Amino acid sequence: MALNIVVCMKQVPDTTEVRINPETNTLIRDGVDSIINPFDTYAIEEAVRLCERVEGSKTTILSMGPPQVESSLKDALSVGADEVVLLSDREFAGADTWATSYTLAAAMKKLKPDLIITGKQAIDGDTAQVGPGIAVHLDMPQVCYVSKIREINDEVAIVERLLEDGHEVVEVKLPAVLTVVKEINEPRLPSLKGKMKAKKTAVTVWTNDDLDTDPECLGLTGSPTQVSKIFSPPKRGGGEMIDGENAQEKAETVVAKLKELQVI
Amino acid sequence: MSENKLIISADKCVGCTKCVKQCPFAALEMDGKLAVVNDSCTFCGSCVDVCPTKAIILNRAEQKGVDLSAYAGVWVFGEQKNGKIQSVVLELINEGRKLADSLDEKLSVVVLGNDMDAACQELLEYSVDYVLQIDAPELADYAAEPYAKVLSDIVSKRKPSIILAGATSIGRSFLARVAVEVKAGLTADCTGLEICEKMLHQTRPAFGGNIMATILTPNHRPQMATVRHKVFKEATKNGGCGGKIEKIAVDDNKLLTSRTKRIEFITDNETTINIAEADIIVSGGRGMGKPENFALLEELANALGGAVGASRAAVDSGWIPYSHQVGQTGKTVGPKLYIACGISGAIQHMVGMNSSDTIIAINKDPDAPIFEIASFGIVGDVFEVVPELIKAIKNK
Repeated sequence: MALNIVVCMKQVPDTTEVRINPETNTLIRDGVDSIINPFDTYAIEEAVRLCERVEGSKTTILSMGPPQVESSLKDALSVGADEVVLLSDREFAGADTWATSYTLAAAMKKLKPDLIITGKQAIDGDTAQVGPGIAVHLDMPQVCYVSKIREINDEVAIVERLLEDGHEVVEVKLPAVLTVVKEINEPRLPSLKGKMKAKKTAVTVWTNDDLDTDPECLGLTGSPTQVSKIFSPPKRGGGEMIDGENAQEKAETVVAKLKELQVI
Repeated sequence: MSENKLIISADKCVGCTKCVKQCPFAALEMDGKLAVVNDSCTFCGSCVDVCPTKAIILNRAEQKGVDLSAYAGVWVFGEQKNGKIQSVVLELINEGRKLADSLDEKLSVVVLGNDMDAACQELLEYSVDYVLQIDAPELADYAAEPYAKVLSDIVSKRKPSIILAGATSIGRSFLARVAVEVKAGLTADCTGLEICEKMLHQTRPAFGGNIMATILTPNHRPQMATVRHKVFKEATKNGGCGGKIEKIAVDDNKLLTSRTKRIEFITDNETTINIAEADIIVSGGRGMGKPENFALLEELANALGGAVGASRAAVDSGWIPYSHQVGQTGKTVGPKLYIACGISGAIQHMVGMNSSDTIIAINKDPDAPIFEIASFGIVGDVFEVVPELIKAIKNK
């Protein structure tokens, strides 16, 4: 048996650096880097590990976005991905999670994976909706928040998924979509060999002409949701520093304040 | 079909760069003194509003939608685990009631499960017009496929205008399937919901909580949203409003088939209290130094009846399991009281807890960023302050 694995990867701005200038109410993007969505790095690592476990398997990374996403795809090659595909077309622009999952699913129909792995969510949108969306468009089962792949063969995988109150062990028929959490592995750093491969491997770019799609379902036109406005969250000001001679005094002061506020 | 297009008039553009700064997607650049649009444009339109000379015009392609007037009713997904309705459902009932009232529509709670008679009866003690009860052995525990297929089927037949679910592991992965099946708009993890001109305005954090976005579903129905836990108040039992239970039978067995099978459930023994549910959280970071020191935080948490959380630094050091991690790659929490012990306050941590009602920070370093958001800051040694806190709380 050999697995054909496709990992969906998103290039995101390093969101911890994105800010709104409170005076002008505009976004400050100066010096904000583009990175691979951190959760997707666990998806890539897991796929590469499966390829090491199951001989003859292949990991393809699929992404959608403007041409600059190629740099992140090269990064994915340097940590062990075999092939990379970028979906890039003006028609895809402005897609919400519905249209994004539709477009990615259209590409999946060409790639014919046995297993699709994505990070649990992307850190810019934080929706966690694209993985399940792809599964429905392809009529596949899904398991979200996977923290371990226990067993896998041609037909089924047995995985653990992380819920609020514990781990659920689930058997899922393949082909299927898995979304993974950080707990699943520790991503490797790029190797020298990997970097060489990244240099040599070309990024396959598909436009809408390469896919079989309904134009009504693409990009902004195919998106039921639309952003109506963006704004800065109300700023949380710093409060009061507790003074005191020693730890005991400080502790007593703060507990008194909590009682006063009826927090405890 | 017309095409989406952002047009910048070279005659009107004065090169003020306001649009370039506004664009959330870095899709506008300056070409000399003229703003130009690149491939990253998502046609969100935020540049149009800031242009002082009205040089930017957004032509959105016409969208084929549905007949909006055919849809009515606010539905809340009655998430249950082991037959027990989850507390987030009560929050949604409270918020859903307001939305239903301002639309002059009915509020229904949809319960998928097995033998849910008693739980459904209890829901009628809240201000709920209908409880839609769908019982089947296959629906006893959550499974993505049958849950999504059964709800999609009912949605297609009954056409609610709004569906709300908790932004829990189950709610998020399940509604995402339903939204695709019925081609509805779905907005994740909302923290604000409001009706304006009959339309649901959904506000949610994006970019790691640094930015808020308001999302609409102009031409599709239902308008679906997952809602962050602990943002809205729970509804209280008020004797109900004369609501009724309606049992809906699943007549097509195909809807109940699943390609996933639960083999077992391993309860996380380490987490006696789920931190996302806790009203009080005591969290430790790098400053805790070693795993044994978390016992001190547990003691404080026990004294307060709270749970123990951690920063990524502590989790990555292997001092405490990942299920305790608060922050961007962990859990988002919003307790009444959050006590950060030896946590410096990386932005990734703060976005996961800055909606807490009251924050206490204890840190040796007076310049630690955590103090910037703390309601009360204590500069001092965690190992001296925490034992004193425990004493003071026990003496209160």
